[in-house]
Amino acid sequence: MDLVGLVAASDALTPARNQMALSLGWHIIIACFGMAMPAMIFVLHRRGLAGDADALEIAKRWSKIGAVLFAVGAVSGTILSFELGLLWPGLMEQFGDVVGLAFALEGIAFFVEAIFLGIYVYGWGRLPGRMHSLMLVPIMAAGVIGSFMVVSVNAWMNAPTGFRIDESGDVVDIDPLAAIFNDHVWLQAAHMYLAAVMVVGFSLSAVYAVRMLQGHKDRLHRLGAVVPFVFAAIVTPIQPVVGHFAGQRIADDQPIKLAAIEVIEETENRAPLKLGGLVIDGDLRGALEIPIPGLLSFLSHNDFDAEVVGLDSVPVDERPPVAIVHLAYTLMIGIGSALVLLVGWSGWRYRRARREGPDGVAERVFGSRWFLRSMVLAGPAAIVALETGWITTEVGRQPWIVHGVMRTEDAVTDAGYIWVTLTVLVVVYAAMTFGSLATIFSMSRRWAAGEEDLATPYGPPDDVGLHEVGA
Amino acid sequence: MNLVDLVAAIMFLGVVLYAIFAGADFGSGVWDLVAGSAERGGRLRRLIDHAIGPVWEANHVWLIFVLVFLWTGFPDAFAQLMRTLAIPFWLAGLGIVLRGAGFAFRKFSPSVAWARVAGGLFAASSLITPFFLGAIAGGVASGRVPADGTGDLWTSWLNPTSVLGGVLAVLTCTFLAGVFLAADAAGLGALDLAEALRRRSLFVGALTGVVALAGIAPLAADAETLFDRLASRGLPLVAVSAVGGIVTLVLLNADRLREARASAVVAVGSIVVGWGVAQYPWILVDEMRIDAVATESATLWGLVVAFGIASVLVVPPLVFLLYLADRNRVGVE
Repeated sequence: MDLVGLVAASDALTPARNQMALSLGWHIIIACFGMAMPAMIFVLHRRGLAGDADALEIAKRWSKIGAVLFAVGAVSGTILSFELGLLWPGLMEQFGDVVGLAFALEGIAFFVEAIFLGIYVYGWGRLPGRMHSLMLVPIMAAGVIGSFMVVSVNAWMNAPTGFRIDESGDVVDIDPLAAIFNDHVWLQAAHMYLAAVMVVGFSLSAVYAVRMLQGHKDRLHRLGAVVPFVFAAIVTPIQPVVGHFAGQRIADDQPIKLAAIEVIEETENRAPLKLGGLVIDGDLRGALEIPIPGLLSFLSHNDFDAEVVGLDSVPVDERPPVAIVHLAYTLMIGIGSALVLLVGWSGWRYRRARREGPDGVAERVFGSRWFLRSMVLAGPAAIVALETGWITTEVGRQPWIVHGVMRTEDAVTDAGYIWVTLTVLVVVYAAMTFGSLATIFSMSRRWAAGEEDLATPYGPPDDVGLHEVGA
Repeated sequence: MNLVDLVAAIMFLGVVLYAIFAGADFGSGVWDLVAGSAERGGRLRRLIDHAIGPVWEANHVWLIFVLVFLWTGFPDAFAQLMRTLAIPFWLAGLGIVLRGAGFAFRKFSPSVAWARVAGGLFAASSLITPFFLGAIAGGVASGRVPADGTGDLWTSWLNPTSVLGGVLAVLTCTFLAGVFLAADAAGLGALDLAEALRRRSLFVGALTGVVALAGIAPLAADAETLFDRLASRGLPLVAVSAVGGIVTLVLLNADRLREARASAVVAVGSIVVGWGVAQYPWILVDEMRIDAVATESATLWGLVVAFGIASVLVVPPLVFLLYLADRNRVGVE
């Protein structure tokens, strides 16, 4: 593209979409930890109170890691609420009052989470054990409710409802509850919540699998791998089922998104299911066609003869970028399937280990280096699946920001400097990623080295500032 | 009071609570910034960790609360505010991110060098964020955010009222935090720290008063609508704030730290409420009235109900958390 063309194209839409994708894509990983990690800590904390010292130690460590993640999540979430107005003022001035109640309820959930997290994380050694562990209950509840509310806004963008647009183009007859409980929210929220458990379960167990590969096969490391892995293993086989029904919603309400996912050029009956492949220059290449006639029709509409809508049914400017959507979807499905296989493998290993005797079951399950390596890979893979899932649904909705109602280009700011803020944010998020990982890994190194309370280093030499304030 | 006013009042309550509670957290960052070398400032920084660690995220939520009420109850005002005052919003947002991340990373720093970088980010952004938020308030209060979103990107926040707002925001945060931290230090038995904070807070408090007095003339010239109302129906609140400030200084001088903390809250809270009273019924001064941009009643009722839920679900545990923090039942190990 020549320079003139580049300048002419330098409106806010592309940088704004990239910035939103970066901010959301970053925040969603942290948000998963907020949703799923408290339940895992709770299980360990209760075991710990029942006398399991290893479990108590892990719960304590994870609560500190959770505190770091919650802090960066609180601020990366705040950036998102700024961006709603700074990047998408057109969306907010029209529909802020339609979707706002969900955000208000999410705000309450976040408030509850922040309060009880403050009590929980800073309550170690200060609050009685049982009461202390119960502080996690409102955190868990807030994580479920808060994520439901945020997902409901996204689901509303897919299936807008709870308002009417009158002759003069104004939004009227607002029904905020109908907007929250729209047609897509339940399945989308369930899909997201299961994804969160998978991301957190597989990433935490991946860390402990790394440690086991390095030779640390003591009970603490096994326990740190087992608990999150079991959480993930329980939900992973359910996820494809939920995903299937969420896909049927898309088939009914957003057929063009489905057409982009499956690369359906022309509307057809008895559509076959094609797996994989890449879209190159608009053509799907290298896909595997399942030799069951009408399988896609059946999966989408429970009828082998059903019509599957093709991209050609809408004008070119109402079609999403097919290549990205198909690639993202393929990756999500591929990783999801691989994770189901991993869970199956783990179940098989567990049964075999149990048959060999009641003692040392976990040692035998984790006895294979290939199994441990697969667990390590499952952590980042689950995160990629999460991100590609979001790319599928978000890019697949384009060019609409509110499906069928408002185009993304009509919602975006007319500010000319969004390339600048995007550049700054890329740097800031890179630094936050580095900072979070470096902090967490240094904490883990120091725990491994036998440090218990990770005191903040305030000044050289060690005798100054490390003692208590009042000392 | 009608429904629209009720929602606006609830939203403004969020502004007041954010100013007081998050203000003290931001101000703590300012004290952190000037605490000196890693060695010399270590104890003060540990005190700050102890004081704001358990509460700052909860206090921060008041900002989210205000933003959500704004875009839900008054979506058009939110959009125009973001269009015109985009730059200070971007900078305040950046400051919020760097502050939170810096604070969290410092707490678990592996080395002093790390703690310096993370702590420096935390402390410096604690200074810039309240400045830009104050500048935003100044832009709104001086009528520089037009209803059609075409306000000047620069002069809307680089103007006398905004600069005054920004500087006063930084100073009041620092003052509040100084008084809070002095009381905390005394409670923990760190009497020398409490004494140092007490003396410096006296200075910051006096400086805040001087700046507020010096700001009267520029404010009268630059923000006419607001000033007229501040000088009439807002006057009692301004007076309460002035008296509260003086009482705080007297109490500080007499080493009555816990009482000083209460009167400092009154001083800051009443001037913020005074601003709200003076600005009413404008949401964007001279440009947009609250009742003209409020959304439909179904959504407004939704917000009132949400606030009711929050009062039941949030306030008791929040009070519990602040109580635990005050009694050192939660804190750095």
